[in-house]
Amino acid sequence: MDDGTAVLRDTDTGAGTVAEAAPQPDRASQRPGSALHITGLNKRYDSGFRALEDVDLDIRHGEIFALLGPNGAGKTTLISIVCGLVTASGGTVAVDGHDIEREFRAARSRIGLVPQELATDAFAKVHATVTYSRGLFGKPPSPAIVERVLRDLSLWDKRDERLMNLSGGMKRRVMIAKALVHEPRILFLDEPTAGVDVELRREMWELVRRLRDDGVTIILTTHYIEEAEEMADRVGVISQGRIIVVEHTTELMRQLGRKQLTLHLQHALEAVPPSLHAFGLELSGGGRELTYTYDDTSDRAHIPELLRALDAAGIVFRDLHTQQSSLEDIFVRLVRDSNP
Amino acid sequence: MNVHAVRTIYMYELARAWRTLFQSVVSPVISTSLYFVVFGAAIGSRITEVDGVAYGAFIVPGLIMLMLLTQSVSNAAFAIYFPKFNGTIYELLSAPVSSFEIVLGYVGAAATKSVILGLIILATASFFVPLQIAHPLWMVVFLVLTAVTFSLLGFIIGIWADGFEKLQFIPLLIITPLAFLGGTFYSIDMLPPAWQTVTLFNPVVYLISGFRWSFYGLTDVSILASLVTVSAFLAACLAAVWWIFRTGYRLKA
Repeated sequence: MDDGTAVLRDTDTGAGTVAEAAPQPDRASQRPGSALHITGLNKRYDSGFRALEDVDLDIRHGEIFALLGPNGAGKTTLISIVCGLVTASGGTVAVDGHDIEREFRAARSRIGLVPQELATDAFAKVHATVTYSRGLFGKPPSPAIVERVLRDLSLWDKRDERLMNLSGGMKRRVMIAKALVHEPRILFLDEPTAGVDVELRREMWELVRRLRDDGVTIILTTHYIEEAEEMADRVGVISQGRIIVVEHTTELMRQLGRKQLTLHLQHALEAVPPSLHAFGLELSGGGRELTYTYDDTSDRAHIPELLRALDAAGIVFRDLHTQQSSLEDIFVRLVRDSNP
Repeated sequence: MNVHAVRTIYMYELARAWRTLFQSVVSPVISTSLYFVVFGAAIGSRITEVDGVAYGAFIVPGLIMLMLLTQSVSNAAFAIYFPKFNGTIYELLSAPVSSFEIVLGYVGAAATKSVILGLIILATASFFVPLQIAHPLWMVVFLVLTAVTFSLLGFIIGIWADGFEKLQFIPLLIITPLAFLGGTFYSIDMLPPAWQTVTLFNPVVYLISGFRWSFYGLTDVSILASLVTVSAFLAACLAAVWWIFRTGYRLKA
């Protein structure tokens, strides 16, 4: 079996051949080099709008990478430049070591793109349009691969339907089929679950996992932060055309563990007493609120000590509450901090 | 060369013509037949002959050219405009295909359709009037050259157009008048001298004249002038297409 024909293979068919065939949390180290290497990428539109500013990004082979960012942050522009839909104003992009300009054939033949907008030839039939995509990417006709992709996406029964007769969810499946039928090594999913029902969303994540297990690198943009948490190996946060942070999802989850304890005081304080400085407290609400920020996943939470120290300092509180920051809070804070 | 891609685009476009068989083939054949009935039989019976050729037969090359020009332009324009309109152009732009291969697929398919259509009209015409083709090889050369050139023009229009109005604009307001005034229904020496001079600025005159020469050996302008005109127009269209892909005009942001 050649390298390319294994994209949608069930994970169990490869069992017993090589140890690496089993799903692993971090496959990035298995192949040297980058799946996608971006340096100093800039994009300024004719209107003067700077969509991307000096973007550097390195995506490893076989990882699922989520690009998070508010609307207009530059996510789609970034994907569009890599895929050849938009011309960069500066910088370089290499796909699997191939420059997207000089070696566009090698670069593009490795890429599958599922754009955000549903764009279909309404009069074409499902089977014909998927077959077309394979040919366009320079692959010889293969009814077997077309059938497998259609079956994997529950489209086989609809193969002779015209696209205009399909529901939105089915059209989305067709677009995914078109992106997969030429067996790409890197798959771009631009807002894949926007406007998609729960069932398709679940199937889609199932598919993404299977593709990853076959070594396909997946780069997706999403507004659903929980999905990035659940699916992505690493997350990149982009805002106003700049990459603010690129981090392992587990590391971001560790940050998610940050909690805050707020004490509502009986009497207002003018300042935090020196005996409490070690806790890094913040005084707010006119001196009536003390906030203690801690990390409950580590040993650094010292709540009993804090309470004893408060008692010793003669500070009386009448109420307290704790609050856990979500990834969304972290995301909002990152975006806000980067754009003061 | 991405041969699979060229073949895929070419076959997909031909299949689209098959899907829209009526508007692709049947309607031009019907409208051409109507021209024969009106100009060939009804009016033509009052006009004896032009330069020794029966009027009905005289208009055949011009009518084929008229259809060839308008169909080449509209076929190719629609073929590339449609993916732009429905958004599926993203796939073409992200595929490992060069601009030359895209043009080869789209323009090749549009020109093929036009040539087939031209031959169908020729066959239809033979039911109405007795035909003779003095230079069959040259006839094919003119047929193919014109189909390719005007398919390229249509391709350019399809990329330039950002609405259906513009898509119709050039074929309706430029190509059809130029073809009608290009000597489809008359020999230009039937015009007053001043208009004969004006007509010489109409490139379609050279196409129709050359094409008619391949049938009857009659020319309004020299055969060399005809060939040079088609070739110059072809070169201009190629240059425009080259510029479009180089700059990403109306294709890439």
